[in-house]
Amino acid sequence: MVTGLPPVRGRVLVSGSGQGPLLRLTHPISFWGGVDPVRGIISDPRHPQFGASLAGRVLAIPSAVGSSSSSAIMLELLREKTAPAAILLGKADAILALGAVVGQELGYQTIPILELPMAALGEMSAEAVVIVNPDGSVLPVD
Amino acid sequence: MTLTPHEQALLDGEAGEATAMAMRILVAAADLLGAEQLIEISSAHIDGCLHHGDGGVEFAEALVRGGGRMAVPTTLNVGAMDLLHPGIVRTDAHNTDMARRQMQAYVAMGAEPTFTCAPYQVGHEPDVGQQVAWGESNAIAFVNSVLGARTERYGDFLDACCAITGRAPLHGLHRSENRRAQVVVDVSAVPEALKARDVFFPVLGSWLGLTVGDEVAAIEGLPTDTTRDQLKALGAAAASTGSVALFHVVGVTPEAPTLAAALGGGEAQDEDGVSRRPAPPGWASQSMDRLPRRIAPTSGALRSALARLSTADTAERIDSVAVGSPHFSLEEFTHLAAIVAERGLGTSGPRLAVPFFVCTARATLAEAEELGLIENLRAAGVEIVADTCVVVTPILSDAGGVLMTNSGKFAHYGPSTTGYEVVYGSLEDCVASATTGEVRRDETVWSW
Repeated sequence: MVTGLPPVRGRVLVSGSGQGPLLRLTHPISFWGGVDPVRGIISDPRHPQFGASLAGRVLAIPSAVGSSSSSAIMLELLREKTAPAAILLGKADAILALGAVVGQELGYQTIPILELPMAALGEMSAEAVVIVNPDGSVLPVD
Repeated sequence: MTLTPHEQALLDGEAGEATAMAMRILVAAADLLGAEQLIEISSAHIDGCLHHGDGGVEFAEALVRGGGRMAVPTTLNVGAMDLLHPGIVRTDAHNTDMARRQMQAYVAMGAEPTFTCAPYQVGHEPDVGQQVAWGESNAIAFVNSVLGARTERYGDFLDACCAITGRAPLHGLHRSENRRAQVVVDVSAVPEALKARDVFFPVLGSWLGLTVGDEVAAIEGLPTDTTRDQLKALGAAAASTGSVALFHVVGVTPEAPTLAAALGGGEAQDEDGVSRRPAPPGWASQSMDRLPRRIAPTSGALRSALARLSTADTAERIDSVAVGSPHFSLEEFTHLAAIVAERGLGTSGPRLAVPFFVCTARATLAEAEELGLIENLRAAGVEIVADTCVVVTPILSDAGGVLMTNSGKFAHYGPSTTGYEVVYGSLEDCVASATTGEVRRDETVWSW
C-alpha cells in the first residue's frame, strides 16, 4: 500500500520498473573494482558500505566514478541476476546506463536507472521499500 | 538527436543486424551524453576485448553472428590472455577459453590483433584534428594530447559500436571549444636535471591527475626535447589518479605551439605553424573571468605525489618487478637492454634475483627481437608478457609481497588488482633492486 509521502520524480536514463528495499550509499562508487558481480556485493574494502548486498535493492548512489569498464560490470550484474532492482543516480552516468542498454540488447532482464538527487529521497527511511515506475516516479510502499 | 539518412538506414538494418544493434546502442549513448548528432570517425581503438565476465563474450559474439564488420581501421587493447605465451597466465580453463573467445570475436570482425594499450607505438597514429573513437585511458590521453587527434573517453561496448558504425556522438573533446586549457601548470621552477629524467614524469602525472581531475591543463616549462615515452608516462599516470583525457605541453604538443594557442582552443594550425585563432590582444585584462587558473607544483607537492606511488615505502626487499604500463616501446627495450648489459647480467653473467616482467605489444616484441634486444634480456631472467599485462590478469605469483615498478599506472592500480604492495622507482632502480632483491633507489634525483 502506498504511504502518504508524495512521490518524487527522477529523469529516466533507462526505463523500467522495479521494487525493493532502499540501499543508500554514502560515497560515490566505481563498479569496476568496487562491485563483485558474481556475489552482487560491494567489494571495495575502502567503501563505507563494503559487503552490502545489491541484489533486489533500490540502490541510491551519489555518483558513479572511475573506469569505463564499469559498463561491463553492470552487464555482468544483469547476466548473473545479482543486479539491484533499480538504480537512482545523484548525477547522470552514461557508463552504468550503457551497461543496462547492452543488457536489453542481449535479452537480459533489465532494470530502471534514474537521475535523482539523493536529497530528493530525504523523507524516505533508510530501509524503506520503494517502487520505481517507468515514468521515473519513485514512491515508498508499506 | 538528428540522424542523417544514411545513419537512419543503418539503424533500420540496411547494413545487417550487427550494425543496427551497434547503431541502437550508439544512439542511446548519444542521448545519454547529450549529443545532438553523430560524427564520422577515421579510426577506433577497442578496450572491450578484455574479459571481465561472460557478458562481454556474449556481446561480442552477438555482433559476430549479426555479421558485424569494423567500418574503420580498428586496433585492439589488451586481452586477459597472452596468446603468444599462454602458460604465463594462471587461470582456470573456463576463463582461459572465454578470454580467448572475447579476443578472437573482435579479430573476426576485422579488428587488427594488436592487443596493446599503446596502439600509437605499433603504427597507428591519427593526424592532428582527426576525429577518432578510442578506449583505454592512457591511449585516450596520448591520442588527444600528443597526437592532437580528437576522442572522448570511450569504454566497453561503446568503443565497438563506434568502430562498427564508423561514428561517434559529437560531444566533449570532439569539439574545439572543449579542448582549450582551463588551467595553466607552471613547472619552470622544477630543476632542469629532474625534468630530464624519465622517473619525473609519472610523478608529475600523478600530481596532475589528483590536482586537476578532468580539467584540461596546459603545462608550461617542460623541455622542448621531452620524449614521447615521457609524455606517455605523464598521461597514463594523470589518467589513473584523475580523469585526464587531454593535456597540452607548451612548445611540445601539437595544439600548444604557444600558451595562447593552448588557451585559445584546439584549432588546427596552418602549415606554417601559426595558429589561425590567436587570442585577441589584451584579452586577459579585458575579462578577468576568462583568465585560467595558474598553478605550480611545489617541491613538497611533488614529493608527496612521489610518496603516494609507493605503498611499501619502507620495504627493504622486493619480490617482483613489473614494467611496461603503458606497454614498453622499442626505445624502452633499448634502454633496458643497455642497463642490463652494463650490469653484466645475462648470457655472460648472473641472472636477476627476482621475477622481472616486461609487458609489451606483440608487434613491439617482434621488432625488439629483430634488433637482437631480447635474447640477453631473457638470459638475464626477464620475462616478456605480450597481448596483456600483470594488472589485468593473474600473472604475478600468488604468494604476493612487494612489487617494484617504474610505472605510475602499475603503482596506482597494482595494490587493488594484484594484492601486492608497490615500490616506485626508475627503470635503473628496478634493475638495480632486482639484481639482489634489495630495494635500491637513487634518491639524489629528487633533491629539490
